[in-house]
Amino acid sequence: MPGLGTSFGRGGATTFQQDLQNSDCILIMGSNMAEQHPVGFQWVIEAKERGAKVIHVDPRFTRTSAMADLHLPIRPGTDIAFIGGIVNYIFETDSWFREYVQHYTNGPVVLKPDFQDTEEGSGFFSGWNPEDSAYSIETWGYNRSSGEATAGKSEQQADVSGDQAHGAHGMKLKGGQPPDVDPTMENERCILQTVRRHYARYTPEMVAEVCGCSVEDFLKVARAMAENSGRERTSAVVYSVGWTQHTHGVQNIRGASIMQLLLGNIGRPGGGVLALRGHANIQGSTDIPTLFDILPGYIPMPHPQSHPTLDTFVELNGPDTGAWGNLRAYMVSLLKAWWGDAATEDNDFCFDYLPRINGDHSHYAMMLKMLDGGVKGMFAVGQNPVVGSANSKLMRLALAKLDWLVVRDFQQIETATWWKDSPEIESGEMRTEDIGTEIFFLPAAAHTEKDGSFTNTQRLLQWHHKACEPPEDCRSELHWIYHLGNAIREKLKSSDDPRDRPILDVTWDYPVQGPYDEPDAEAVLQEISGYSADGSFLDSYDGLEADGSTTSGSWIHCGIYKDGVNQPARKRPHTEQNWIAHEWGWAWPKDTRIIYNRASADPDGKPWSERKKYVWWDSEEEQWTSLGDSPDFPPTKAPGFDPPRNAKAMEAIAGDKPFILHPDGTGWLYAPTGLVDGPLPAHYEPHETPFVNPLYAQQQNPTRQVFPRPENVYNPSDGEPGAAVFPFVLSTYRLTEHHTAGGMSRSVPYLAELQPEFFCEVSPALASERGLEHGGWATIVTSRNAVEARVMVTERIRPLEIQGRQMHIVGTPYHWGREGIVKGDSANELLGIVLDNNVHISEYKVATCDIRPGRRPRGKERLALVEDYRRRAGSNA
Amino acid sequence: MSHETLAWPDSYGDKAKPRMGFFTDTTVCIGCKACEVACKEWNQVPMEIEGFSGKSYDNSGDLHANRWRHVKFIEEARPQNVLHVDSEGLATYQEGDGLRWLMASDVCKHCTDAACLDVCPTGALFRTEFGTVVVQEDVCNGCGYCVPACPFGVLSKREDDGRVWKCTLCYDRLKDDKEPACAQACPTNSIQYGQLDDLRERAEHRLARMRAAGQDEARLYLADDDDGVGGAGAFFLLLDEPEVYGLPPDPVDARRDLPKVWTAAAAAAVTLGAGLVAAVFGGRE
Repeated sequence: MPGLGTSFGRGGATTFQQDLQNSDCILIMGSNMAEQHPVGFQWVIEAKERGAKVIHVDPRFTRTSAMADLHLPIRPGTDIAFIGGIVNYIFETDSWFREYVQHYTNGPVVLKPDFQDTEEGSGFFSGWNPEDSAYSIETWGYNRSSGEATAGKSEQQADVSGDQAHGAHGMKLKGGQPPDVDPTMENERCILQTVRRHYARYTPEMVAEVCGCSVEDFLKVARAMAENSGRERTSAVVYSVGWTQHTHGVQNIRGASIMQLLLGNIGRPGGGVLALRGHANIQGSTDIPTLFDILPGYIPMPHPQSHPTLDTFVELNGPDTGAWGNLRAYMVSLLKAWWGDAATEDNDFCFDYLPRINGDHSHYAMMLKMLDGGVKGMFAVGQNPVVGSANSKLMRLALAKLDWLVVRDFQQIETATWWKDSPEIESGEMRTEDIGTEIFFLPAAAHTEKDGSFTNTQRLLQWHHKACEPPEDCRSELHWIYHLGNAIREKLKSSDDPRDRPILDVTWDYPVQGPYDEPDAEAVLQEISGYSADGSFLDSYDGLEADGSTTSGSWIHCGIYKDGVNQPARKRPHTEQNWIAHEWGWAWPKDTRIIYNRASADPDGKPWSERKKYVWWDSEEEQWTSLGDSPDFPPTKAPGFDPPRNAKAMEAIAGDKPFILHPDGTGWLYAPTGLVDGPLPAHYEPHETPFVNPLYAQQQNPTRQVFPRPENVYNPSDGEPGAAVFPFVLSTYRLTEHHTAGGMSRSVPYLAELQPEFFCEVSPALASERGLEHGGWATIVTSRNAVEARVMVTERIRPLEIQGRQMHIVGTPYHWGREGIVKGDSANELLGIVLDNNVHISEYKVATCDIRPGRRPRGKERLALVEDYRRRAGSNA
Repeated sequence: MSHETLAWPDSYGDKAKPRMGFFTDTTVCIGCKACEVACKEWNQVPMEIEGFSGKSYDNSGDLHANRWRHVKFIEEARPQNVLHVDSEGLATYQEGDGLRWLMASDVCKHCTDAACLDVCPTGALFRTEFGTVVVQEDVCNGCGYCVPACPFGVLSKREDDGRVWKCTLCYDRLKDDKEPACAQACPTNSIQYGQLDDLRERAEHRLARMRAAGQDEARLYLADDDDGVGGAGAFFLLLDEPEVYGLPPDPVDARRDLPKVWTAAAAAAVTLGAGLVAAVFGGRE
């Protein structure tokens, strides 16, 4: 999310899959769209039928590559260099969209004189503090501005990151105007020139050296993007977890955002950055989050020290200008939705009831704390960390330290059964009778057995209706959380302890129905949508007030029950309306399918071209109009509107500034705030790499989170002794036939039979080098563990020539485990925990490994094998 | 109505429906296998785990009693004939690394001249009002005559019950004016269901586009009434020779030569008889 949030303002795909049919060129990178989003991929096929060029840049030749016009394999973890090369090409060939960049991006803004780029700092930006391994970001801001550092303050000082990053909304700019701007963009310190200089070293030759492709092939891609962008043409970028699961994942997305802004491809039909989410409802689980550091609608969680009151919270988090200028209204409406009548002006609308976060409580931080005995209990709801998280063994060792564990799933997944059949039981490292964790398994209802919504990859909510009652003891999540809440409230009802007030005062009065007292999911949707003072449903977040008269459980979803209608349940088929299909489902914000779509018109409000017409200013009606989407702009704000100097909130957004979530209304080529690892992407090597960084003296992302300890040992990288013990690049991924950690597919007969065994994919060259036999077995080893896999020798995996050496990739899908109809070792046994510090996502896409023919040893001998490797490599704990 | 079979549509009189079929356009197949799964879900076909095959991403073998749709994966490392046609984007399959990964969903062909149907002694195999070929599970006695009769190897017996099972082209769904499960599940419209006449027309147009885009080897398979099975209800657009996809290049209805065989046999019998007569009686002269 933060890659998109800092670049454009919102942490969601800028476009929708159906819009890909309008693209003239589609660059799919860090994504295996055909395999992971086969239904949406029909629009890529449609674009191709219409003449679009489809390019797949990916280490592996996948089912996506098979449908592409051009597949270009690159070394895993080098996407920033590749995209950086395209950015450089755009400057070198003067292909950037001048008018778009000048008006719609922060390219003309002049930076502070003391900002230093990586070019001057051997791979570090200014502000690096080696003692804290963190940046102080004062020097990163706009020239002559003052307040922007507030956004990074808590990130840098309270050991909490990412809280601002989702919206990058901390920066304050008086009247929404950067103080020092050069419209000609010739000032040496303006952002456009800074970006140009930053990317100067990303030459085609450098791209070839870093990524392992030919200069000629790289240029084909760069040329295709440049030639298919501009007034008449647009290109789209599609990415997925192939970009996010790195120690520099957020910056991968930043790179694509910079490229697309320079080419003028954001907010326009056929353009955009399409984030494909990892699976159903992942977008929804950040919008109304299961994350520790944000509240619904990307409002940051408060901190104990810096946010004592609602006023200070709003002051420190909300810029005065742009859509976040109304943060107080969003926050108060949220508090009113949650605590109802108990929330009053006098008690700060129960702001004190919100928990405060005082550290990193993300998934891995939690599991590591658990390993140290610091966590008593855990609910695993629709999650299977023993298969799905990096370093499976560490996960199991941590779970064994719990007092209690509740697993809610369809099947007895590995996270529920590790106590009896894990590899550690086999090796004697754990004995069932010694494990003190009490485990409860609660069977879950399937989506067909409950009402609710999915938020898909393009911010689109679609309602699903219950087809039948769940069998036996299976219940929905809503049922479980609602009745658990009731049980807790019942236990606390006579408590006069102030700490119990938040639970006792919470609005928890959903009507129930059916034989199992199922809470009404529509009632929850209504609470999320929100009410005005007179009790009617609100149309949009524009109607939210800061005085406590309105409610909304998530401001970005405000209006989802507009007119008393369940908007996501609208299902008018696309065959009965135009291609935008605006009456199918509902997309946040304000049912907008392409966001920032003001940018599809020129500064005067006219379409850039007839071919790429989408939203434009109707000068007769004096309003924005469109082909059938909601204009993502104040409906009657004229293109020439110039805000008064002291304007606040949306009034401060000028008529030609489409990125209304940003305080200055622009798309950010350069992110002055919001990210912990730099305002611009720079190529760093993966944490484990067989190569040195050809671009900077600094090898890896200096802000990455590492956790060296005996349970999480890292392989040495190039330049360190022992690196040659793990000479190959390991990459993990998924297959169409299975679902993530397998809980929903390994136990489904018709899916299980299609990919029945854990396998690895290797090139013929590697197979012959290591004596691997097609169809036989191989053992893959890292400093964490050893697993066995069937061998698929295939031309689809290509060795690449890097720095004069041949690089081999070992590819492994990660779906298997010890339960289900089809069983096998799990690829995540091999990975160490090492995180992108913006979002705490682990580097699943790259590690180093060794591979040898034959099955792995059993029990204690498996440990001995790993120990032998560690010893030979001198692996660092 | 074109593509008439021996008895259809006459045998149905005014209850006959237009002949329905599948056009499987393999050029847009992404190998997602949704057709395999949807078919099994709808028709309740049993699971059959065949293990890791090593045959690319295909671990489900071939069409048989427990697999009525099957997606093939063909990996080939060979340079492609690349031609740029700017207005028609389909031109450049796999420019660059000379790799080709073909995917194709196979199914019962619902032949015009269906040998399986004709050799069935019980009438379990019959031609429906839609011109499709269906096995009635309550009639099939498991004799297995149809198994070697099929030139595509589609038919086989389910081991635990002895009867023959195959694609019904979702006969039950057709009767309710619904498209077959596989076609409905296909995300890229690689499997198209419709009236055979319409499908053939669509396929010809598509073939012309592929040819124009430089796919010189593209061809329709089983869309010709004069081929060995009289054309089929389920036909295919292939990017190469049928053998590449494991399909017989020149399938023949096993009965096609029966009249000739019988005539020849009769002639042989006559000849033999004459010889015998000559041998027995001739010597006396």
